[in-house]
Amino acid sequence: MTKHFKSMLAATALGSIIAFGAQAEEPVRGGTLIHSLPQNPRHLNPAVQSGIATGAPGTQLFAAPLRYDEDWTPQPYLAESWDWSDDGLSMTLKLVKGATFHDGKPITSEDVAFSVKTVQENHPFKSMFDVVTSVETPDENTAVLKLSQPHPALLLAMSSQLLPIIPKHVYGDGQDVKSHPQNSENVVGSGPFKLAEFNRDQNIVLERYDDFFIEGRPYLDKIVYRIIKDASSRAIGLENGELHMATFEATVRNIARMKKNENLIVTDEGYAAVGPLNWLAFNTGSEGPLSDKRVRQAIAYSIDKQFILKAIMQGLSTDAKTGIHPGSPLYNDDVNSYDLDLDKANALLDEAGFERGADGNRFSLTIDYGNPTTKAQAEFTKASLAKVGIDVSVNSYVDFPTWAQKISNHNFDMTWDTVFNWGDPVIGVHRTYSSDNIKPGVIWSNTQQYVNPEIDALMEQGAKEIDPAKRKEIYAKFQEILAEDLPVYWTNTLPYHTIYSTKVGNPPLGIWASGSPYDLVYLKE
Amino acid sequence: MAIFMTILQRLLYAALLLIAVLVLNFTMMNLAPGDIADTIAASMGGADAEMMEQIRAEYGLDQPFPVQLLAYVSRVLSFDLGYSYFYNAPVTTLIFEKLPATLLLVLVAQSLALVVGVLLGVFSARHPNGIANYFVTLIALFGYAAPVFWTGILLLIAFSLKIPLFPVAGMSDITVDGNFFVKAVDVAHHMVLPVITLGSIFLALYSRLSRASMLEVLGSDYVRTAKAKGLSQREIVLKHALKNALPPVVTLAGLQFSAVISGAVLVETVFSWPGLGQLALTSILARDTPTILGILFFSALVVIIGNLLTDLVLRAIDPRVRGRA
Repeated sequence: MTKHFKSMLAATALGSIIAFGAQAEEPVRGGTLIHSLPQNPRHLNPAVQSGIATGAPGTQLFAAPLRYDEDWTPQPYLAESWDWSDDGLSMTLKLVKGATFHDGKPITSEDVAFSVKTVQENHPFKSMFDVVTSVETPDENTAVLKLSQPHPALLLAMSSQLLPIIPKHVYGDGQDVKSHPQNSENVVGSGPFKLAEFNRDQNIVLERYDDFFIEGRPYLDKIVYRIIKDASSRAIGLENGELHMATFEATVRNIARMKKNENLIVTDEGYAAVGPLNWLAFNTGSEGPLSDKRVRQAIAYSIDKQFILKAIMQGLSTDAKTGIHPGSPLYNDDVNSYDLDLDKANALLDEAGFERGADGNRFSLTIDYGNPTTKAQAEFTKASLAKVGIDVSVNSYVDFPTWAQKISNHNFDMTWDTVFNWGDPVIGVHRTYSSDNIKPGVIWSNTQQYVNPEIDALMEQGAKEIDPAKRKEIYAKFQEILAEDLPVYWTNTLPYHTIYSTKVGNPPLGIWASGSPYDLVYLKE
Repeated sequence: MAIFMTILQRLLYAALLLIAVLVLNFTMMNLAPGDIADTIAASMGGADAEMMEQIRAEYGLDQPFPVQLLAYVSRVLSFDLGYSYFYNAPVTTLIFEKLPATLLLVLVAQSLALVVGVLLGVFSARHPNGIANYFVTLIALFGYAAPVFWTGILLLIAFSLKIPLFPVAGMSDITVDGNFFVKAVDVAHHMVLPVITLGSIFLALYSRLSRASMLEVLGSDYVRTAKAKGLSQREIVLKHALKNALPPVVTLAGLQFSAVISGAVLVETVFSWPGLGQLALTSILARDTPTILGILFFSALVVIIGNLLTDLVLRAIDPRVRGRA
């Protein structure tokens, strides 16, 4: 066959794909997907370790009861059906029949009960299962979760890396699951891929599990996660074809460059449930001016959000007006967005009683930032606030623990921060605003020391409202009040992007990005 | 006999030094703000108060400082470097897992830099006013002045991206299968860029120093005598001058070798080389105290052994040193 003829064929094939849409393409079996991981996971068991580094390989090793499509609709996975009781106080899961762990033993309702208990006891996100009082196991394939109050967040908490089904006969042997040796080697999972190798700081090799409970899947033979901590090296690896895929990439300069590469597809789809937000947090409990909400509002009016979105983020991230990610169905777009208005800012500051002094300054504040990538925002804040007479000094970033200790013990005025929603507001949003969660020494608790009984009441209602429409209303109100009180000033989503080679089919573009099962992912040709 | 006394004396100093290193490092780590509980919370995307307390208790961070210090020193003296809660593995396992990669990288880079550096130095000392001399000086200064990070990334862009000759990261390609030879070639292939990056700093040092040292020696009386005797230029340089010009270079090489880890941190990070440098960096940022202290302890050992060996080598090549204890 001549080269010319080949390319003609290719062109025809391409034409037919365009004509029939992407569905016309049949997934192919086989191949090794080379994926990058930006951090070394502590271990591979998501039941006792949250975070994206464990989550990516963890969701391949372990299956959850449910999975989600791009529209936030739950889909059957290890559970073929899931039903609420009428009072919303119990959830019945019917497991897929014939599913087995990687050691060949059957996956039963006992394992589900054990997994729920393990997550309940060890996972940092206590709000996921704290209302589960017991898990009943009437038969091998039926698990009934009993709740002390209705808990709509349960569905999301049973997906992705949040509820991995782990074998009771392995992890229930009496050792502490958090430091169980089989979290890093000889992992016995329930997912589409099993562990072949885990070389710390180097790579994780997963192999297809041939007896996976979905017939014919996964398509790939192997997934190799290469641990590459340097963002520029990852970008070069993608560009020269050494890597097929990278997720959670946030370096805008690299992303902008890779967008021009014709062998790569760059997208920000897939991060709606992870819900990463950038915001400027205020220590509302401090004695200073920040305890006055007019001052916080004035600060928001003085910062040109468009500059952050267009110049700092180079148009790669989205406007976020509230504490709920704009990709969430619960997002309320109809709140005050604090567009740049220096007159209003000056008026608010005057009204709050902070007149300009002889030197033109009203008062001084400090600003920190919790991530080297938000340095530009911190410096921009200083420049912006100088215009309204607030003198800001920027504390430079040393490393994470230094920052965390300072912020979590409330020794700050303002800080830029990056916080994830983790699917449902109950899991990742309430913690920032709940007056019960002001806990010195705990980072990403309510470090703003924000107290508003109305907000507390709304969160309590939202947590147990089963009717989706009513729930949406409750959270709309919640976001409206917060946008008025402004304990933090939300600016944008993190510019997280998934970058993949044109050879990759069915990339993980659902709501959980690389924390989704890769049983559908395949390599073309 | 004198040599054994020297070694014995050195070993005694070494033991005292190691204890000082332990106490000092432990104290410094304790002064750093934040702790492992914060970084574990970070790797989790959050944590609750109970969990933070539990982690602090498991690490003994809730104990008063003198108790922690005493516990640690006595543990190390019984040859137990402790357990890394962050990596979920014993520290000794971690160090020995990472050591071969670092040794390989540093030894190859050092040896190449030493040989090439001395050759360049000798060459430019013999032609102190030629164009080639300026060229060598330029390379040396560039290698010394350019930040390792920058050199590394630049090499990656040039030889991984624009001209894809070498892989971007890691030490081996997991998809390469074959016998030992095939795998060795694969590792060597991965090593080229990191070795050049790391070697460029050493090269600069060695070539500058050996040039200066050589120039000094070439101007000395016995070289003039040798010339007067009618020896060829080649014989003078190789037999007489070089041997006398080497001691400073050997001393420097010994010192540099001791700095195995500090030199490797940046290079290992840029090239994702799975060595001790990366481990050190990660555990410092994670406040993983047992691992950091383990690495520092181990580095102190390397420095002490390195200095001892340097002394012995110097004795071998320079008779003047032998007289002194």
